[in-house]
Amino acid sequence: MSALELLTWARGTGLSLALVIFVFGILLRLFEIFSLGRKADLSRARDTSPGSGWRTIVRRSLPPPGLFKRSPVTYIGGYVFHIGFAITLLFFVPHIELVRGLTGLSWPGLPMQVVDIAAVAAILALFVVLASRLTNPVKRFLSGAQDYFAWLLTLLPLLTGYLAFHHVIVDYTLMLALHILSVELLLVALPFTKLFHTVSVFVSRWYNGDIFGRKGVAS
Amino acid sequence: MAIDGPTIAEVLRQQGISRRGFLKFCATTASLMALPPSMVPAIAAALENARRPSVIWLSFQECTGCTESLTRSHSPSIEALILEQISLDYHHTLQAASGTAAEAARKAAMQENAGKYLLVVDGSIPLGNAGFSTIAGISNLDMLKETAAGAAAVIAVGTCAAYGGIPAAQPNPTGAVPVSAIIKDKPVLNVPGCPPIPVVITGVLAHFLTFGSLPELDALGRPKTFYGETIHDRCYRRPFYDQGKFAETFDDEGARKGWCLFKLGCKGPVTYNACATTKWNQGVSFPIQSGHGCIGCSEPGFWDAGPFYKALSMPIGPAKAAVGAAVVAGLAAGSAVALRNRSAKKSAQAAHQKVTVADLEKSK
Ligand code: SF4
Repeated sequence: MSALELLTWARGTGLSLALVIFVFGILLRLFEIFSLGRKADLSRARDTSPGSGWRTIVRRSLPPPGLFKRSPVTYIGGYVFHIGFAITLLFFVPHIELVRGLTGLSWPGLPMQVVDIAAVAAILALFVVLASRLTNPVKRFLSGAQDYFAWLLTLLPLLTGYLAFHHVIVDYTLMLALHILSVELLLVALPFTKLFHTVSVFVSRWYNGDIFGRKGVAS
Repeated sequence: MAIDGPTIAEVLRQQGISRRGFLKFCATTASLMALPPSMVPAIAAALENARRPSVIWLSFQECTGCTESLTRSHSPSIEALILEQISLDYHHTLQAASGTAAEAARKAAMQENAGKYLLVVDGSIPLGNAGFSTIAGISNLDMLKETAAGAAAVIAVGTCAAYGGIPAAQPNPTGAVPVSAIIKDKPVLNVPGCPPIPVVITGVLAHFLTFGSLPELDALGRPKTFYGETIHDRCYRRPFYDQGKFAETFDDEGARKGWCLFKLGCKGPVTYNACATTKWNQGVSFPIQSGHGCIGCSEPGFWDAGPFYKALSMPIGPAKAAVGAAVVAGLAAGSAVALRNRSAKKSAQAAHQKVTVADLEKSK
């Protein structure tokens, strides 16, 4: 199989399979989560705090007082990674073309150099947070194999994309194929690992904020 | 590999090519082949004194586009002249002889220059049924094997001969294969392209005449010097790609301003060829310069590598239908899980037994 054939498979059959598992998995997980339900809370709400859920969505993204100083790596690393990743994913023109091909939606992209910087920042941030995870005893204690697996799955698309864009190590065709395949791996694993937070993060934050609001500790 | 007759220098002089023009050609060839300028006199000397090498050109499942590309130029270049003058003891399209006489010419060239002639092939070879493509009643496979046996080297010209090309595109009804699938005991050099760039052929010939060997090849059997970089690496529209400026249609503002053709399906990033540097028609232009994206015609299997007008990052499979099916399946499986969860909860509630302090006291 030549590199071009691998690329053709990745863009064709491979992508279709990955998307099927991805969409199926997301729907399944969402049904699972929502259908679990919660026991009816029979007590009266302590506080009428409309919007506590919504405010929590925002507040959980900001460091509580004092915490930023105590663990700056976690916050800066987290921010740099997520923003860099989002820019790379959403504003690289070939990625927008992919979305347009699938959905018909499109929006203006950013110049390649900007995306390039964002990708490098995201990659570096991933290594920084990994180092912190390995050296900080609490984080290391809390980490299991799945966390490292999720880290690798996230790194691979960024790294292969960066290498493909800069034509290094192997030729562009093969690297592009590997890039698309690594994304497909990520798509397949996303619904069934902690990476599912991509979908669930705001739902769970809203729920936490709302329930705590009822219990009298509204955001 | 030389046979009697005029040297190349004599032939060129007869055609009115000056020595200055000839040396310029040698210098261009040296630079194209990535040879140091100090090699130019050696190339010139070797080319000048070389006798016409015998070239047998076999055309199998092809469209004659390769021959057209190599021979039809409005003002014959030195490349074209070298090609025409040094070559072709046998070529279906170009030779005067026909029928039995043509086959006799091939046999004669093979005998006289046994072990020394160059074999050029365009077109793929059908393995499905010998009758799919024959010349003078001889199957392509037999003719290739027979003619290659006494050749010094084989040059597969065009994507069909190099990789199977369009005849080998799915579902490949004739069982078409490239030359390299059949000839294993001779050096086979691929000059892919649909059609390939003429100067690559003459460059390879010049190298063969100068050094008596084929130039360095890459993993796909192509001369590295011509196929070492992608079109995208050398494309003059590359700055627009980097700035994110793309033509959206073939006649919009961006297209008129000469912006990058990526969104219109350009395959330049995955295509290894020299079009962007050597260009076509004596350096006049190349497809991207004329406003059309690269279709990747020099890559193996380019015909089956997705639509020409879809951006390289776009899905080419049944992705949409597959996602539709996944939504349906996901909803169904999700509902089933939800129902199971509910019934599990209900039965857990039903089976729930209350334990009182008195019960616990009793069990003590
Ligand atoms: S036109 Fe094609 S080869 Fe040229 S820069 Fe754009 S994508 Fe690359």
